[in-house]
Amino acid sequence: MIGTAIAILRKDLTIELRTRESVPAMVLFSVTVFVLFHFGLDRDTLEGDLATGVIWVTLLLAALLGINRLYVAERDQGGFTGMRLAPIDTTALWIAKAAALFLYLLALELVALPAFDLLLLEPGLDGALPELLPILLLANLGLAAVGALIAALAIETRARDLIVPLLLLPLLVPVIIASAQATEPLLSAGQSPDDLAKWLGFLALYDVVFVLVSVAVFDFLLDD
Amino acid sequence: MIALEAVERRFGERVALTGVSVRVEEGQTLVVLGPNGAGKTTLLRVLAGLLRPHAGEARVLGASLPGEAWKLRGKVGLVAHEPLLYRELTPRENLRFHARLHAVAESRVDAVLDAVGMADRADDPLAELSRGMVQRVAAARAVLHDPPLLLLDEPWAGLDPAAVELLEPLIGRASAKTRVVVTHDVAGGLGESDLALGLKAGTAAPVADEAAIRELYR
Repeated sequence: MIGTAIAILRKDLTIELRTRESVPAMVLFSVTVFVLFHFGLDRDTLEGDLATGVIWVTLLLAALLGINRLYVAERDQGGFTGMRLAPIDTTALWIAKAAALFLYLLALELVALPAFDLLLLEPGLDGALPELLPILLLANLGLAAVGALIAALAIETRARDLIVPLLLLPLLVPVIIASAQATEPLLSAGQSPDDLAKWLGFLALYDVVFVLVSVAVFDFLLDD
Repeated sequence: MIALEAVERRFGERVALTGVSVRVEEGQTLVVLGPNGAGKTTLLRVLAGLLRPHAGEARVLGASLPGEAWKLRGKVGLVAHEPLLYRELTPRENLRFHARLHAVAESRVDAVLDAVGMADRADDPLAELSRGMVQRVAAARAVLHDPPLLLLDEPWAGLDPAAVELLEPLIGRASAKTRVVVTHDVAGGLGESDLALGLKAGTAAPVADEAAIRELYR
């Protein structure tokens, strides 16, 4: 199954590198939103809970752009049919899509976080990076697991652009709460991240639950 | 090899297939004729295990559908309306991808590309190829894993006579595989068939002569 997932992931990354349909849109969206916040809040700098809220909500909404496009090639170009004809465990498709989304989110954050730092953040991210990294990785994993599941659920519906956010955002509320709670002390001057381990544990538990749920139900989503 | 008895398939309230019965033995070719919207593509997708029959009995390659549809995976070669290929990839990349899905050796990719006459264009993006060339690559994909059953939906559409001749040993009668061929080419279809089935508004009946076929399209 892992070999099949790697083959699908490699195919998806090749297509993304050639079409540049998802990651550039996600990056451009997030930078644009930071600029909008810059003018909308009429503030040159943000810190603490406000900075935390701006960054996580922006990343979440940018992720929606990638999630909506995750299975478009499979639906429009017969990928689902091709895979259902092959002797594979179709859970490999979910693994590949979740892995692709995880990598898209990492690429997004590589650009969006420095942009946020440059445009709005005070104090800067430099000192917070070692603690911020595990938060980002665990949040990305949760986003990727649930996003790849919900996108598959919605892809065959006519209103998928509407259904994905309506189903996904409520499911991601725990990720946003935990990520924001863990991040907020890191973006506040003079605060120590005392509860970091607790929130990281919460994120890890969320990830485990949704990975298991996705593995259990994904095969049924592709069935007729 | 294929045994359908009173098979029915619906899409919501609409009945796409009803009372379809047919038997195809190993190595035989069943040609399916009928007007647009008669249920021909639906029949192929039921036979491929992609759509569940809602009533009746269906056995394909020993698998009882829909319960054992998973047993058909890797045993069916499908040439559908859409080529089941990614436009952003080259023919070679597409076939390598399908070779990995079917656990087929990559050397087979070069062999089938050569067999369909696409070795020279194997590294061009699919989006830059003509419809006929894409159809040749789709045929290569369908036979990549050497399946015992071929389900072919208008397999010769968009192909020039030279390409038809090239593909004949792979997906034509000369392949000696069990085939179900959907076509609008009445004369050509009857010429390559052991059995012919007429579909109209989801109902099926054997057709043996041109008068019966004319009635089918009326």
